[in-house]
Amino acid sequence: MLSPYPLLVRAGYRRRSVYLTASLAGLFTNTVFGLLRVAVLLAVVAQTGSTAGYDAGAVSAFVWLGQGLIAVVMLWGDGELSERVRSGDIAIDLSRPWDLQLALLAGDLGRAGHAVLFRLAPPVAFGALVLPFRWPTDPVPTILLFTASTVLAVVVSFALRFLLDLSTFWLLDSRGVRSVYNGLGGVLAGLTVPLAFFPDALRGLLYATPFPAILQTPIDVFTERDGLAALLAHQLLWAVALLALGRLVLARATRKLVVQGG
Amino acid sequence: MIVETHGLRREFRIGRIGRRRTVVAVDGIDLTVAHGEAVGFLGPNGAGKSTTIKMLTGILVPTAGTLRVCDLDPVRSRRELARRIGVVFGQRSQLWWDLPLRESFALLRAIHRVEPAVHRERLDRCVDVLGLAEFLDVPVRQLSLGQRMRGEVTAALLHAPDLLVLDEPTVGLDLVSKERLRLFLQEVNAAGEVTVLLTTHDLADVERLCRRVVVIDHGTVVADDSLAVLRTTFGGARELVVELTAPTPALTGLPGVRGVAVEADGLRQRLAFSPADTTAAALIAAVAARVDLRDVTVVEPSIEDVIRTLYATRTT
Repeated sequence: MLSPYPLLVRAGYRRRSVYLTASLAGLFTNTVFGLLRVAVLLAVVAQTGSTAGYDAGAVSAFVWLGQGLIAVVMLWGDGELSERVRSGDIAIDLSRPWDLQLALLAGDLGRAGHAVLFRLAPPVAFGALVLPFRWPTDPVPTILLFTASTVLAVVVSFALRFLLDLSTFWLLDSRGVRSVYNGLGGVLAGLTVPLAFFPDALRGLLYATPFPAILQTPIDVFTERDGLAALLAHQLLWAVALLALGRLVLARATRKLVVQGG
Repeated sequence: MIVETHGLRREFRIGRIGRRRTVVAVDGIDLTVAHGEAVGFLGPNGAGKSTTIKMLTGILVPTAGTLRVCDLDPVRSRRELARRIGVVFGQRSQLWWDLPLRESFALLRAIHRVEPAVHRERLDRCVDVLGLAEFLDVPVRQLSLGQRMRGEVTAALLHAPDLLVLDEPTVGLDLVSKERLRLFLQEVNAAGEVTVLLTTHDLADVERLCRRVVVIDHGTVVADDSLAVLRTTFGGARELVVELTAPTPALTGLPGVRGVAVEADGLRQRLAFSPADTTAAALIAAVAARVDLRDVTVVEPSIEDVIRTLYATRTT
């Protein structure tokens, strides 16, 4: 019989679509910050004409894709699951005949789909119209790869947020953990400056973490940088590993809830 | 048996490390509920009601004792059990807050993998009886509490569960909403499709819905019987209220009467009696033999009285 998960993807999309004003406000904020960031980075690149393989068009593409992807991958989580753990509503989620992690991932993919249309496409279109913009030279395969890479980025980001939220089972309040994550996440994922600007040793270290997979990699795919196969493999590996870890932690959390009574 | 527990026990370890102590929330509960029953589960705050419900639904593992619900081990088969029971928590929601009610139902259909035609038939019935039509397309967050609870009950019934567990379903509802919900639940249960287990503080819920009442206190069952039997055992006196044609002094000395209260200058008198001593009919005949009767009514003790007496007899 029909699986519920496609319908949960749709519900994730629908849940966001009811808050049009919030989407527009977020879009406005992202665009304003995009203008600030692109001004700074264009000034950096203008000194030399090109920095670490980034010319003006690539910098602009990096900023506008990044500003849109923040919302698509939901870099800064909303702590919804954490709140359900804290309030005890998690008991309802756990007593449904579904796979909780898969159900939440489905909802998150639907949410991301909404963000692609309302939070990613507009700033990219805006940036491309008013500033130099590096479009893919080989559009069809690049856009397909970009789509795949963005889906993987959402999965990695989801899996990390899932783990952070589950920490509420032990900490009772995940706000501390989440604010550290929110502070570091942007720098490590390549929101502030392209990770290519970092020294080699530091970059090597960063790629030992899942963070580049959340933001930098889809942008690299779009701007057709070198070594894409390795980057996509990095994303896939972290997606699988973090989802698996999430399942393990959820099982432990459920056991704790069921055995100790929360 | 839909529910079968023997010596069900649950302890909690509370307090900080070093000063931990064990609290026994449920202390050896034996409970069997047969298919089609409607059981009221009563007790004061902290009596162990919610803890028991959590164990029945597989959210909490018992410390000791055996437990079968729908012939399943709740904790081990939680997902399978979720297909067989419906749960309504008065204080929590299983609906999607931002979406219209209709879409929550569609999601639940998919999650429980119910055939669309079967689903439509069940939903139509609930929409009809509970009057959901006018707010099916309203987002859940905009519903009134009464509307939302009707939605919650529908959500719990759409997969045709064998057992419906209601944890304080009428808390916070106004009288009209309560009545509507009770009528519906009564009908669903009377149709014999679903067994109902209800916890509540509102004794009128129990009075309307449940033929059997289980009262727990300090984690143990203190009474488990039909409402009628509990009334006669713990209810104390019934009352025969007689309206007389002329003012009359107190009607003392009637067989089986424990006390007489005189009202309206003796035009109305309240005779307290125990069903163990005499019947209402015999008493009416005895009164009629002495004075002219205009009207008689028999007043049953309220369930509040029954419960109060029950707790009182336990603590003394």
